[in-house]
Amino acid sequence: MLQLNHVAKLFNPATPDEKIALFDIQLHMKPGDFVTVIGSNGAGKSTLMNIISGVMKPDTGNVIIDNEDISHLPEYRRSQWIGRVFQDPMAGTAPRMTIEENLAMAYARGKQRGFSLGVKASKRKLFREHLSRLGIGLDERLHAKVGMLSGGERQALSLLMATFTNPQILLLDEHTAALDPARAELITQLTESIVREMNLTTLMVTHNMEQAIRLGNRLIMMDGGRIILDIDEERKKDLTVERLLGEFEQISGHKLSDDRLVLG
Amino acid sequence: MIDSLWGALESGLLYAFMALGVYITFRILDFPDLTVDGSFTTGAAIAAVMISNGYSPILATLSGFGGGLVAGVCTGLLHTKGKINGLMSGILMMIALYSINMRIMSKPNISIYNMDSIFISVKPLIIVPIIAIVVLVLLDRFLYSDLGLALRATGDNERMIRSFGANTDLTKIVGISLSNGLVALSGALIAQQSSFADINGGVGMIVIGLASVIIGEAVFGASNVIHHTISVVLGSIIYRIVVALALRVEWLEASDMKLITAIIVIIALVLPSTRRVIKQKKMAKKRSAEILLVGQKKTMGGGM
Repeated sequence: MLQLNHVAKLFNPATPDEKIALFDIQLHMKPGDFVTVIGSNGAGKSTLMNIISGVMKPDTGNVIIDNEDISHLPEYRRSQWIGRVFQDPMAGTAPRMTIEENLAMAYARGKQRGFSLGVKASKRKLFREHLSRLGIGLDERLHAKVGMLSGGERQALSLLMATFTNPQILLLDEHTAALDPARAELITQLTESIVREMNLTTLMVTHNMEQAIRLGNRLIMMDGGRIILDIDEERKKDLTVERLLGEFEQISGHKLSDDRLVLG
Repeated sequence: MIDSLWGALESGLLYAFMALGVYITFRILDFPDLTVDGSFTTGAAIAAVMISNGYSPILATLSGFGGGLVAGVCTGLLHTKGKINGLMSGILMMIALYSINMRIMSKPNISIYNMDSIFISVKPLIIVPIIAIVVLVLLDRFLYSDLGLALRATGDNERMIRSFGANTDLTKIVGISLSNGLVALSGALIAQQSSFADINGGVGMIVIGLASVIIGEAVFGASNVIHHTISVVLGSIIYRIVVALALRVEWLEASDMKLITAIIVIIALVLPSTRRVIKQKKMAKKRSAEILLVGQKKTMGGGM
């Protein structure tokens, strides 16, 4: 489904600040895979997301979705395959537009945007159905401006907008990190049920070790721009936070450092 | 007196297209576009030249609109593909348009007095509101279309709409183009109303447009796009009424209008932010007091 072959990315090449952001990344995901990604600060997690979504282009290597090499496509062209939820709840929605207008824009993903009405009666019905599945009452507030919603509500809406058109790949970039624990838990549960129901191929960056172990069928760990640990479903079943930290230290030779790391 | 108010209503509606153009760049795209000063004259110049050469006024007006669209595309390309700062691309286009307008007109002033115009056969106060309503309906319909939503989101959250597959370079170019088209349409109509086009006719238009947008918002509100665009049109009319009244004040001269306009815009820009700060401080005080009170009772608020 998603393949990254020998992907490398340098920041500030040929300057004193040169940094290897990604080094020879090999990642193959099967359809329906739900991979969680953890790693220390500057390990390359966000760069990995940006390379897949097309915000950045790899220096070498290629990105393949559904056997199609998309390395050269700009971000807006890739979005037909990729749904994405950002860490910042403000990033995934347009605040001065209404909930239904935001959903209409998400609905138009991968389609030619023309002069037909963005929100029609038929679409409104569909939007209301989807919103009611979130179970937080947004289906009653279709005409509310998104800027009036709380961070948790906005993130739930972002998640719905990223998924309800059934993307081939779902990218979650620490999408619960900016929320308080109760709301983060709600978004995590919503994520889990949406991904399971729609069988979405998902890549989720998280700094929550417990969440990384609990969710998904595969876990990868990054350090210094490399994937240093790749744990499949079998081994993931009896993984604990302590064993994961231990393995990290053994392989990388230093302690896992992430100032926002949550152990669980 | 009454006559000058009718006159203000008429020119307010004609300048309203320019104000709607400024609304698209300034409010929707959050892009302060100075092309306006040049493209207004472009519209006037094209219309005046075509009419004085015997073309039909309707074709001349539409060509003026088209000239504005092209000017806007140029500004948009400079900004998106040339990666030139927004203000700078507008200034560059404004300067370039001065020469282009001069080439179109071939002299600084063209009179079309006593020539055909769209106001000859029908009374201005009948035809102008009709054009205004048609333009408003088409513009609002466009802003609620899929492309229109993408355009609005480009000014609201560019990263988000790009992640949903909109080419934001394209939406910006479309928006800036449409904006300058409307501005030029306004110029083409004003040239026919006043029976001449002048090379300096567009000077200061951007500020007048801003004043109209801001007055409209302040007086009539802006809860959604339809409401907002109607407010802008009404704002343009109020601006013209203010001008008409100011011109009747003895110690004011016609040339003082630009200063008065600038002062209106300055007040309108400064006032809301100061008011917001004061309001926030008050609100914070009130909420803190409430929370302290609730905290003492040991109940915690929450939910999503």
